[in-house]
Amino acid sequence: MAEGVLVIGEATEDGQLAPITAELLGAARRLAGAVGGGVICALLGSGVEGLAKEAAAFGADKVFVADNALLKEYQGDAYVPIAERICKEQSPALVLLGQTMLGRDMAPRLAARLGTAVAMDCIDVAAGGGKVVATRPCYGGSAQAQYSFNTSPQIVTLRAKSQDPAPRDDSRQGEAVKVDADVNPESVRTRIVDRRKEKSEGVRLEDAPVVVSGGRGLGGPEGFKPLEELAEALGGAVGASRAVCDLGWYPVAHQVGLTGKVVTPDLYIAVGISGASQHMAGISQVKNIVAINKDPDASIFKVARFAVVGDWKEIIPAFTEKVRELKAQ
Amino acid sequence: MPHIICCVKQVPDPETPASQFRVDEAAKKVVPVPGIAPVPSQFDTIGVEAALRIKDKTPDTTITILSLGPESYRDSIKHSLAMGADEGVLINDPALYEADHWVTAQVLAAAIGKLAPFDLVICGRQAVDWDMGVVGSTIAEILNVPCITIAKEIQYKDGQVVVERVLLDGFETAESPAPCVVTVSNELGEPRYPQLRQIMAAARKEVKVWTASDLGLDAAQLKNLVSLERLYVPEVKVETEIIDGETPQEKAEKLALKLREAKLI
Ligand SMILES: Cc1cc2nc3c(=O)[nH]c(=O)nc-3n(C[C@H](O)[C@H](O)[C@H](O)COP(=O)(O)OP(=O)(O)OC[C@H]3O[C@@H](n4cnc5c(N)ncnc54)[C@H](O)[C@@H]3O)c2cc1C
Ligand SMILES: Nc1ncnc2c1ncn2[C@@H]1O[C@H](COP(=O)(O)O)[C@@H](O)[C@H]1O
Repeated sequence: MAEGVLVIGEATEDGQLAPITAELLGAARRLAGAVGGGVICALLGSGVEGLAKEAAAFGADKVFVADNALLKEYQGDAYVPIAERICKEQSPALVLLGQTMLGRDMAPRLAARLGTAVAMDCIDVAAGGGKVVATRPCYGGSAQAQYSFNTSPQIVTLRAKSQDPAPRDDSRQGEAVKVDADVNPESVRTRIVDRRKEKSEGVRLEDAPVVVSGGRGLGGPEGFKPLEELAEALGGAVGASRAVCDLGWYPVAHQVGLTGKVVTPDLYIAVGISGASQHMAGISQVKNIVAINKDPDASIFKVARFAVVGDWKEIIPAFTEKVRELKAQ
Repeated sequence: MPHIICCVKQVPDPETPASQFRVDEAAKKVVPVPGIAPVPSQFDTIGVEAALRIKDKTPDTTITILSLGPESYRDSIKHSLAMGADEGVLINDPALYEADHWVTAQVLAAAIGKLAPFDLVICGRQAVDWDMGVVGSTIAEILNVPCITIAKEIQYKDGQVVVERVLLDGFETAESPAPCVVTVSNELGEPRYPQLRQIMAAARKEVKVWTASDLGLDAAQLKNLVSLERLYVPEVKVETEIIDGETPQEKAEKLALKLREAKLI
């Protein structure tokens, strides 16, 4: 009988338990009662053994560690068979992954190998009456769909920040179990030749308390300069719409939205952004949106808490100046 | 002679203004907007562009467009042919109209099997209707070939596929022997727009139409793995405060003061 919730964990680049994993463990704990069984976590990577304690502190009863230098970075052909093995041996009723680079790539492949389905990029999972229902935005965020599953295990990827982590409890004892982390070279058909990180200075977009984002209304790449200055004054980071990333005005790593990043700052300032649903998908959890747009009918104003109708060129410099003044007080 | 198969789905235009976007909750379907024609899914046209860039370098490449859907999907196949693809196949079988993502992947995989040999299957990173992003990798698993997701560039030479992938904080170069599946993202660049002459030539091209049984499949045996319980438009409730002022300067200052009041700066 399948029971319990399995969380596929992730480590950050500097070897910490990824925030998304704590969020997934929080969701798993909430669901475990209804699903039946406990919460288990799988940690695949290199040097991840030490993170088992962390996973336990955030709610895992048992942590399966696959530690191997060959697993240093995510690679589908190496990771998927290990996750598949753990699923087959533990037969969880529900498997949770983050909608991260790893989750996006791994979840559909894992589902296919287990002969089951996956609901991608969900914002909610509920369990009850022997059924798991996953809620996910679709049609670029214009609609939401709820799915139930006809097969087991049910696999769900969850959007970053959609779930609250359980409070950390270091007195929680979890059992760490080492599992076979062998990578069969024959099953690894693709080869990573090179990986290049885009270094961005200052605050990381995903962690920034304030995000100032620019869109096509900036008129050109030079429009980002004043936004960078504003972001700096606010101690925040700069985001961008896909339109400007596609135009090459700003690096892709700053794209906010459905196919970019999900951000959750306390304050989001959208400058020259129309508010297409696909952009809003990246800020759906943000409560305080400021929109600066010259078109009073722009749809961004429907979701903004503060609306300024006007030309950003005239507003941003004066705004930045005032912010600096207030901050200096 | 490289053979590339591009999977192209047709979707409601994602640029449909939010004010006209409607859902029929009883039918659990999006209501088509009169006057706004469906379009090939954005990432799929980008996939066709990726294939054409390979063909530009290796002219003896054959590009086949593969689509599962009703007769109306022919428009997206024709658009892809007009862009420069060579062949079109439409799998049109009423027994498959309600196919979920996994049945879709099985049917497409069976069709790809019938179109074999192939070097490369190109899919979109996600179809822009349900935004699921599973069919490409599922096809790869069914066919037991490698899969590289979210590509911004695909090169193909002598049986080797080299892909630039988009990561959240950078890029990655991955290699795979052919045949394999690659899913593409918008970072690949704008798809080319067909010329009138190409549109006319594509109009005359024959599109093969297959049913499940042509693929050796029994549609009754293909069971959906998920059930759509509900489809709805989420409510947004935000009280918007308009920051007024005589001059932009005044608005800007007011905004800063408001944000300070709200303890946001
Ligand atoms: C499948 C899919 C996925 C997508 N994913 C994403 C995504 O992840 N992220 C994303 O952002 N988009 C995404 N998009 C694109 C999205 O649909 C929009 O096209 C895009 O967000 C528009 O960007 P924009 O608001 O910068 O440009 P526009 O829509 O062109 O808006 C520009 C705005 O600037 C205003 N403006 C012009 N001049 C000025 C001025 N001087 N001062 C003030 N305001 C001015 C205009 O009134 C207008 O509202 C996706 C689309 C699809 C189909
Ligand atoms: N009905 C279909 N016909 C052709 N290709 C499809 C179909 N459904 C999905 N695809 C392909 O699979 C990709 C991912 O789709 P999805 O998993 O539905 O988001 C799409 O971008 C298409 O390339």
